[in-house]
Amino acid sequence: MAEINKPKGSPSIDMTPMVDLAFLLVTFFMLAATFRTDEPVEVSIPSSIGDKEIPEKTLVLVTVDKGGRVFFSCTGEEVRKKVLTQMAAKYKVPLSEDNVKEFVRITSIGCSMSQLPQYLSLDGEGRKKFPTETGIPSDSLHNELKDWINFANREMLDYGKKMFEEESAKQGKNAAPLKPDDYKPKFVLKAAMDAEYVRVKNVIETFRDLNLNNLNFVTSQEAAPVVK
Amino acid sequence: MAELAQDDGGGKKGGKKRPKKGPARIDMTPMVDLGFLLLTFFVLTSTFAKPKVMSLVYPAKDPDIPEQPKQDQLVNNAITFIVSDGRLFYYKGEFYPEGNTKGKPATVLTETDFGPTGIRKLLADENKFVLRKKTELDGKLQRKQISDSIYKKQMIEAKKDKEALKVLVKTDMKAKTKNFIDVIDELYIASIGVIAPVDIMNSEQALLDKTLNK
Repeated sequence: MAEINKPKGSPSIDMTPMVDLAFLLVTFFMLAATFRTDEPVEVSIPSSIGDKEIPEKTLVLVTVDKGGRVFFSCTGEEVRKKVLTQMAAKYKVPLSEDNVKEFVRITSIGCSMSQLPQYLSLDGEGRKKFPTETGIPSDSLHNELKDWINFANREMLDYGKKMFEEESAKQGKNAAPLKPDDYKPKFVLKAAMDAEYVRVKNVIETFRDLNLNNLNFVTSQEAAPVVK
Repeated sequence: MAELAQDDGGGKKGGKKRPKKGPARIDMTPMVDLGFLLLTFFVLTSTFAKPKVMSLVYPAKDPDIPEQPKQDQLVNNAITFIVSDGRLFYYKGEFYPEGNTKGKPATVLTETDFGPTGIRKLLADENKFVLRKKTELDGKLQRKQISDSIYKKQMIEAKKDKEALKVLVKTDMKAKTKNFIDVIDELYIASIGVIAPVDIMNSEQALLDKTLNK
């Protein structure tokens, strides 16, 4: 009878190449990636040939999700704090210290001013499930969005100016001069592909009422076709 | 050193047996685990393709600016798109309702689509003036006859020319955002300079309803 060779002990595999590969990928992702921000809504955006970058420094973002709910966000801790304080004063909503801190930390908000303290006391998951039909009220009778945008615009202008001066001072003499336009507030509209356009239009009209006519739509880029 | 010293002192053959000194084996499993854990984390939390933006300048709402002269310009060489839920209609020139006093034939809405054979072809045909100019300027730019800034300036001039096509975009209540963005996108592709997203008129809405119900 043929003898069967029983394997002795557990076979050991040389794992070094696998480890190499894994760490190579880790390094790549660490360096190349930017983190996804935790937005209260996910919206699928339409595509266009637009190729401008989203302004990161001075961004005022209004999101309209597919149900037509409106969300507001802007960049800059300082700006956010000031905007919130002014909004709270205008609508006489008492906000605790924690509420303000939370507001500065998170991204978009989507509720009326009266709901804000409750909204801010929730965690990220809770905010995603927050029952709201309209998000930030933006109809002509009760337009809180207009105030948000207005305050954010004003604060962002100041903040941008300050940042421009600071960064210009830091620059060496030989460096190319910074463009002041890059530090002006940019108004970006992130509208879901299947949102009713009437809702988006309503937001656009709000911007236009404030005489902010240069709007940017967030789109995913597609290659421009050649027109003959 | 230690080995040498032992050899000298021992002298006996086949003395103390020492474990074979092969290459040291390290169990790498925990490291691999950690590596893949990190990898998974970074893969899931990162975003690569940053979305871009498409800018659109709206006309100012300021009531002080008189709109009359602009209107006159528009009618000469204008096309109006009316967007409904997934459907797209257009008419050229001015709008004439049925039984108008000027005695012009009533405007009829023509349906087109969002694809390359629909709106894109239509705009390419209508906006020949600018597109021809663009090809000319592109060629000059490639041959380095003009600089980048001059190219941009001339493109803007061409787009503002009287011959250039002006486009009005109107939406009804059922239009989706995607439809609107698609139209604006096509306008950019066709190098349309004057884009006016405006409110739909009652008479146009009535005509649209009639066309949709056909």
